[in-house]
Amino acid sequence: MDAVATPASVLRADFPIFERVIDGHPLSYLDSANSAQKSRHMLDTMMSFYTTSYANVHRAVYQLGVEATEAYEGARETVRALIGAASTKEIVFTRDSTEAINLVAHSYGRANLAPGDVIVCTELEHHSNLVPWQVLSQQTGAAIRYVHIDDRGELQLDELDEIARSGNVRLLAVAEQSNSLGTSNPVRVLADWVHEQGGVIVVDGAQSVPHRPTDVTALGADFLVFSGHKLGGPSGAGALYGRRELLEAMPPFLTGGEMIRSVRLSGTTYNELPWRFEAGTPAIAEVVGMGAAIEYLVGVGLDNVQAHEQAITRYALGRLAEVPGITVHGPTEHSRRGGVVPFSLDGVHPHDVAEILGSQGVCVRAGHHCTQPVMERLGLPATTRASFYLYTVPDEIDRMIDGLHRVRRIFA
Amino acid sequence: MDDLYREHILDHYKNPRNHGALTDADVSVEGTNPLCGDELHLDLNIIAGRIEEIRFHGRGCSISQAATSMMTELVEGKTVEEAAALTRADIEEEMGIPLSPVRLKCALLGLSTLRVALNRHAGVALPEGWAGMDGVDWR
Ligand SMILES: Cc1ncc(COP(=O)(O)O)c(C=O)c1O
Repeated sequence: MDAVATPASVLRADFPIFERVIDGHPLSYLDSANSAQKSRHMLDTMMSFYTTSYANVHRAVYQLGVEATEAYEGARETVRALIGAASTKEIVFTRDSTEAINLVAHSYGRANLAPGDVIVCTELEHHSNLVPWQVLSQQTGAAIRYVHIDDRGELQLDELDEIARSGNVRLLAVAEQSNSLGTSNPVRVLADWVHEQGGVIVVDGAQSVPHRPTDVTALGADFLVFSGHKLGGPSGAGALYGRRELLEAMPPFLTGGEMIRSVRLSGTTYNELPWRFEAGTPAIAEVVGMGAAIEYLVGVGLDNVQAHEQAITRYALGRLAEVPGITVHGPTEHSRRGGVVPFSLDGVHPHDVAEILGSQGVCVRAGHHCTQPVMERLGLPATTRASFYLYTVPDEIDRMIDGLHRVRRIFA
Repeated sequence: MDDLYREHILDHYKNPRNHGALTDADVSVEGTNPLCGDELHLDLNIIAGRIEEIRFHGRGCSISQAATSMMTELVEGKTVEEAAALTRADIEEEMGIPLSPVRLKCALLGLSTLRVALNRHAGVALPEGWAGMDGVDWR
């Protein structure tokens, strides 16, 4: 498959949901940062897997079992290639980003952190990349320090000097892209910094891996997580990348079947990577579906996805600027943000905005977007957020803008 | 949709009744709906078992603000027992529209905060984290 840019209006036809009509309105799906819509390719792959090749993996010697295992392990190779990992041993399937982060916190964190150590996190993290580190801090006695954001949602990197002075930094957790403000964070700079401190970096790729080319080596990532459902796969499958030496040395997370080599009543030896971290029957068809969603993305070209999202974001920012009373939050420069645009409309609560837009078939999210510290920092009760993907077309933005004018009329 | 933003709801939102604060309130309670970031501050003066004065302020969507405004009109002058008997259905009836599960939470913020206030005034020890109403998922 070659990566020639196909217009979003054409790609859109690959996503059956866009045939849906809501109360006579065409669907404007501007909530892909929450969860992405599904391509026919992904849906057909899952359907065909279930209808022709389904069995449990790694256990059955019969034909179906072999096919199912090949499909499941084939998805691992697809994920490896997507993020430029050296080996499929470095790819662990998880339920989603949240579970992958918990795996690292529980397994790597408990084995490597002690009182006196420092975990560094940021103020703009999704709760999923914040709470596990707070819990780890409580469990191990390691301190937790935060890098704060400025008024535009940019990390204040000068705070790192002060944190470095206190020493003992063992781990830094950061999102490559913020889900609530759209900020793109300088992961490479942070990786170099934490490596100088003798620590590791955990990169939350939930909002970046689906939207741009990823290379774990170029990023300097020790761990990287993402969710299949945000890149057009089904919910229930995600992945953890971990550098092999780190994974090799980590104790298991969940224990039970599949993750063992031999079990005797006197003791157990564990399976090799990556299966050591995949206890129990995995989300087999979901992983296969995630692989198909990635194939589709790679076919479109992740650089094309990124370029399209930048263009549609610029268009959306321009059109939002025409609506009186709109304040857009997050970085002002297009190049500093991904396809996520949070905004407020003067005098109208985001819930009311989202409800009225929703009745026009325009799906946007309203709330704190699982980032309460960000909301608190910016003094916002909540925001309305529009987010884009490879299938987002200008018509959808236009319908959102029409909807916003309607909101203003209702609340005038 | 137009239903949800009917005239009387918008009227209560734009011109909330009993809006403000009481300086020497007998009981004051904060209610929050973390999902929406709504915050409600409720003050009551209860004299001889009767709600003589009630005021609210805070921030929230039109549904939570309008429903709270309507709730204050319903309970002002009522006895504590009468106010405590107020139900979800009374609020829905007052709103006059069907509410989706998500918006129901918005609409019930005022009532549940009132219940916390009445319990507190009566000196009833409340379970930690109880937001005034069972069966409502406050996430
Ligand atoms: C930046 C970020 N991290 C983590 C998550 C959690 O993803 P999941 O719910 O798929 O585990 C999300 C989801 O919104 C996210 O945006």
